[in-house]
Amino acid sequence: MAKITFITQENETITVEGNSGSLMELAVNNNVRGIDGDCGGVCSCATCHVHLSPEHMETVGSPSEIENDMLELDDNVSEYSRLSCQIQLSEALDGLVLKVAN
Amino acid sequence: MDKSQLNDPFEQARLEKGIGHMNDQGDPVQMLLRLKDVRKAAHQWKSFQSGGDEIGRIVIPSEEKIRDIRQIPFEVDPPEHGEYRALVDAWFKRPLETEYQEKLHRQIESLIDGIAQMDSVEVVSQLALPLQSRALTLLLNIPYEESETWIGWGTHVFRSEETSLDGDKAAILYDYIDAQIDKAIANPGDDFYSVLLDADFQGRKLTKEEVKGVMILTFAGGRDTVINAVTNTIAYFAEHPESLKRLKKEPEIIGKAVEELARYFSPLTHMGRVVAEDTQVCEHAAKANSRISLCWASANRDASVFERPNEVVLDRKMNPHVAFGFSHHKCLGATHARQILKTLITVLSQKIETIAILDSKENIEDLDQFKRKVGFDSLHVQFKPMA
Ligand code: HEM
Ligand code: FES
Repeated sequence: MAKITFITQENETITVEGNSGSLMELAVNNNVRGIDGDCGGVCSCATCHVHLSPEHMETVGSPSEIENDMLELDDNVSEYSRLSCQIQLSEALDGLVLKVAN
Repeated sequence: MDKSQLNDPFEQARLEKGIGHMNDQGDPVQMLLRLKDVRKAAHQWKSFQSGGDEIGRIVIPSEEKIRDIRQIPFEVDPPEHGEYRALVDAWFKRPLETEYQEKLHRQIESLIDGIAQMDSVEVVSQLALPLQSRALTLLLNIPYEESETWIGWGTHVFRSEETSLDGDKAAILYDYIDAQIDKAIANPGDDFYSVLLDADFQGRKLTKEEVKGVMILTFAGGRDTVINAVTNTIAYFAEHPESLKRLKKEPEIIGKAVEELARYFSPLTHMGRVVAEDTQVCEHAAKANSRISLCWASANRDASVFERPNEVVLDRKMNPHVAFGFSHHKCLGATHARQILKTLITVLSQKIETIAILDSKENIEDLDQFKRKVGFDSLHVQFKPMA
């Protein structure tokens, strides 16, 4: 089990637990505002854009080239941007805090 | 085994030049063919505009001569575009609701049940058109019976047999929408017309003209696209029975399969933009007030991004396709379209053993330099129901 916290644009804080699937799926299943996951997680819609906190960047890793190309043209992109459908849940992510980008 | 295949006519031009040329009624179009270029241009709305004065010009073939009503939000640029989208975005997300999905499931199930035993089914007129029309009653939240009228228009209400543009045929739709708007004014309900008429925009209500502009787009944007997607899906499963079996066993990949079929079919080939000032696209000069197009169909076969681009890989994991467009104007009806395809695949996988193609006539788009198959004018099949 990993505990993940989402902070929405409206500054709502939602902490949920999960052990499999992607962070996008976790967010959608828990109705996190601003994470729509329109394409179901195939890196085609960017409706799952989040910002990591700097200290978590290393644990989670950086985006692939395809993901980067998507992020580049999305609103509110930063060096801490990731598409949450491209991050798989695991014990190692326990305590992760994510800001919903849009 | 090649009737369901959709070839990629753009490959050579995409690799060599990155652009293609089309002379549409004397108003030429430079077609962007590479995924990255298409995405960038879609994003750069200031340079490549949708909302210019010449209404109908970003559609290819151009509708400038046959239409003077602005389609909303399609022919509007930011920031106004975003204000219109804000009025309708939530409405177009309703296909995510359980009740909507159950109704759609029942519609599609009863359609398939109705044709599964027939010796010969013409897919475009007996499945795709009724399916598209009935599903639209859910999206607009109006009585199911209304779909009878739309089915009666046939597949060619916006196109005629001879030419792809026909003002007289379009008039049928426009008159119909006028009448429906008047009805909703006289008798407001919880249908899409009434919701639009009641919406607040920049401190006022939408005008009748604006409501009409949204409604025409909803009808036109969701018709041929969905019909082609449904028909191509049937042809694909006819020639790939193993895929249908796999989806029955692994329903969890249906979502990915829908994205992959959308990529492979790319039911909307391309869409235009007007160049705001002299610039370059893919290292070619693009003059102010000339037209470019964003060729979704070509971008979706770009081998620099997609592995094995000409194959349907049902569970493709990285699939950054642009079948539903990209950036500001990305398809408003995509949630509805995706739900239709998910439901269709689910029902087929549960009820149909195999599909045999009896006869078919391809629908080839003529893009001057390129000829592209988008679907079928007719497709005759026989279903074999599950025992
Ligand atoms: C498989 C089916 C469909 C495909 C492939 C498709 C494709 C597209 C594409 C590529 C765009 C972008 C156009 C641009 O950038 O200029 C678009 C926009 C749009 N589509 Fe779809 N579409 C489909 C179904 C539908 C349906 C069912 C509806 C509604 C009933 C619809 C309504 C719209 C609207 C309103 C827009 C304009 C959005 C805007 O300008 O903000 N589409 N569609
Ligand atoms: S869910 Fe579509 S890109 Fe992540």
